[in-house]
Amino acid sequence: MKTLPAVDAVIVGGGWTGLLMAKELGSRSGLSVAVLERGVARDSADYPGTMDELDYAIRLHMMQDLSLETVTVRHESTGRAWPMRQYGSFLPGTGVGGAGEHWNGICPRFLPDCFELLSRTIEKYGSKRLPADHAIQDWGVTYDEMEPYYMRAELMLGVSGKAGNIKQKKVVGGNIFEGWRSAEYPTPPLKIPYFSALFNDAAKGLGYHPYPSPAANLSEAYTNPDGVSRSACFYCGFCERFGCMVGAKAQPTNTLLPLIQQRKNISIRNGASVRRVIYGASGSGKRARGVTYLDEKGEEFFQPAELVILASWTVNNTRLLLLSGVGEPYNPQGPNGTVGRNLTHQVAIGAATAFFEKPLNRFMGSGAAGVCINDFDGDLFDHSGLPFLRGGTLLAMSMGYRPIANFGILPPSVKAGWGSDWKKAALEYYDRTGFIGFSGEHLAYKSNYMDLDPTYKDRFGDPLLRFTINWGDNERKMVEFVTPKAVELARAMGAKEVSSFPGLKNYDANRYQFTHIQGGTIMGNSPESSVVNPYLQHWQVPNLFVLGASTIPQNPSAHPTLTVLALTYRTADSIIDRYLKSPSPLA
Amino acid sequence: MRRREFLTLSAMSIGGVLFYSLDGKPSRLFAQTEQSIRIPLRFFTQSEALIVAAAASRIFPSDETGPGAHEAGVAVFIDRQLAGPWGRDRYRYTQEPFEENAPAEFGYQAKATPRQLYREGLKDLKGFNELPPSEQDNLLRKIEGTLFFSLLRRNSIEGMFCDPVHGGNIDMIGWQLIGFPGPRMSNYSDVDKHFGEAFRPKPVSLRQMSKNYRPSEDEE
Repeated sequence: MKTLPAVDAVIVGGGWTGLLMAKELGSRSGLSVAVLERGVARDSADYPGTMDELDYAIRLHMMQDLSLETVTVRHESTGRAWPMRQYGSFLPGTGVGGAGEHWNGICPRFLPDCFELLSRTIEKYGSKRLPADHAIQDWGVTYDEMEPYYMRAELMLGVSGKAGNIKQKKVVGGNIFEGWRSAEYPTPPLKIPYFSALFNDAAKGLGYHPYPSPAANLSEAYTNPDGVSRSACFYCGFCERFGCMVGAKAQPTNTLLPLIQQRKNISIRNGASVRRVIYGASGSGKRARGVTYLDEKGEEFFQPAELVILASWTVNNTRLLLLSGVGEPYNPQGPNGTVGRNLTHQVAIGAATAFFEKPLNRFMGSGAAGVCINDFDGDLFDHSGLPFLRGGTLLAMSMGYRPIANFGILPPSVKAGWGSDWKKAALEYYDRTGFIGFSGEHLAYKSNYMDLDPTYKDRFGDPLLRFTINWGDNERKMVEFVTPKAVELARAMGAKEVSSFPGLKNYDANRYQFTHIQGGTIMGNSPESSVVNPYLQHWQVPNLFVLGASTIPQNPSAHPTLTVLALTYRTADSIIDRYLKSPSPLA
Repeated sequence: MRRREFLTLSAMSIGGVLFYSLDGKPSRLFAQTEQSIRIPLRFFTQSEALIVAAAASRIFPSDETGPGAHEAGVAVFIDRQLAGPWGRDRYRYTQEPFEENAPAEFGYQAKATPRQLYREGLKDLKGFNELPPSEQDNLLRKIEGTLFFSLLRRNSIEGMFCDPVHGGNIDMIGWQLIGFPGPRMSNYSDVDKHFGEAFRPKPVSLRQMSKNYRPSEDEE
């Protein structure tokens, strides 16, 4: 193994959080920063001319190569786990920019009480209402503390939207249920395509509070505070699973990479697969000394660093700590161990599928163009007579629908699955079908966690990460409650037929439901029950930081990217303003 | 090296369409000239290709609602996909142990690749392309529940609606059926208009936008 010259900070992973941290540290502190990214180099100029549904959206050209490494999944800690042999419930990205290149750009904040879920729920309902085996925790940071960081993330991305609560004043047309905002969104909302406009009117008619989805896809040309300019969205409908052809959708390669490329003190090494965090005793505590990695040719290197920052998404952050023996692995039967706990996956369902008389022209759209309601989110509606806690967002998005994925979705009245009758119906409904989605909270349970699989290995012979995950009754009953609301909305939109989600049974690793896997290296107020402190600093190893959704203690209903970026800004400030002056525990 | 096999598309049945050959060169077929095109096969034997073409045409028939799998070149598309990385499970996790009967919620857990599933499945359809349509349908109904059939159905839809660069959707015939305009760059001035009425801009394909695009099935 070759030992490389030391750097001040080594960052594992070149996606949203890794590149944001690299840019902040590199431009504000002058530290030497090395980003180790195992995937390919990417640039925003790569994307024009790649709007190929088959290769990108069906064969998943931009995702991690599962032949090298995957996860295994089971429902309970006594069962056997199966490897995710082909993509199913989530789609992790790879390469520079990571999944931030091919996301949809839906950009909400979390509700204020999500950050203090345990104490707020007990305060209102008493601890008896909590599920028996819950593992819910407060984050150790409040919404009020997060607000300035949310604002910074929104300004960096140029989020398009309509505020519903500016400094505690409700604003008509925005999301009146959102936490207070210090200012309006940086750019106005995206245009509202037909299907979403129908939802908007129906929701108003039923007394709900629709608002345009906040979007990292720009409604108009915008220059962010870093001086990076991007153009407006063309509504081509190729967002999710694609890089943006025109750079309207904020991606790490079009917001952060141009700044990083200008700096001599930041380097990105592609094809660098990090295998271990090296750490040991140092003085009175423990210290990370750097990381080991293999380059594309299989040569092994040790990269020493003063600061080690993991930014390699939920799965790999957790797996690296487990493989490196940093911290105690979580065991649902044992009293100790935190690494791997609180695995959650946002509840995401197509609550209602609506079939219309009129064509929708649904090829036009944008990943985050659409209308949402939060009337059934969080604790915004009365749960006293209900058999579950919390809720989620109903969304009528107009993402731009492509034919391979959407041809042949038919109302229940059509029985044929192939042949002339099927073809006739499928042609008729192809552009007359719309989806009302629901994204809901997944509470944390003691029985849902990650550990190392005893059977299946990656290409290097290291054990795969194993998910033990299932839904609780809380999630199942929440879905039962909200599905009829979506059906009612679809009818009010004028749908002539509606099919509804059949209900959550076991966790289905084969059904895509967003890539919002969270937990494993969670943040919290105590080293007994969390891996990192509220500044995302490892409790036992103070020069080790962990970024991303692996630090989120339980899954709020909203999409996490904005929050993850806001947390990264907060950690960057903590490192630059406090840690570098006195390298020691921040909490 | 296996013997080079071909599938012949006749201009009589797919007349007047633009087709991309293996090297990405477009050829236009005209019905009037009774010209036909011999397409070299990458994976199927000629008799397998004829069965796949016939079966895809029962799944997605050419009928009074418009052209189907035959005109779109679905069999050519499937041949190229099977020959490429998808057909050999290049990107699938294939470490043992496999499991033939895992619960559906863990996804496909068996060992067979798409190539093997096709090759095995086609054995049950010997002589299929010689049968009258009603008997073809009866035979397909018998295998409806198999993994092979669900792959064939899925691949037929892909071949109808993929970008023509992949060998299917010849001349954007599938897109024209459903009013999908392909990778059209801008809908900026139309996205919040045309409410309740069909807006059907003329489709464009990737080759019209970029000469350099290389589809995944051409990867080594």
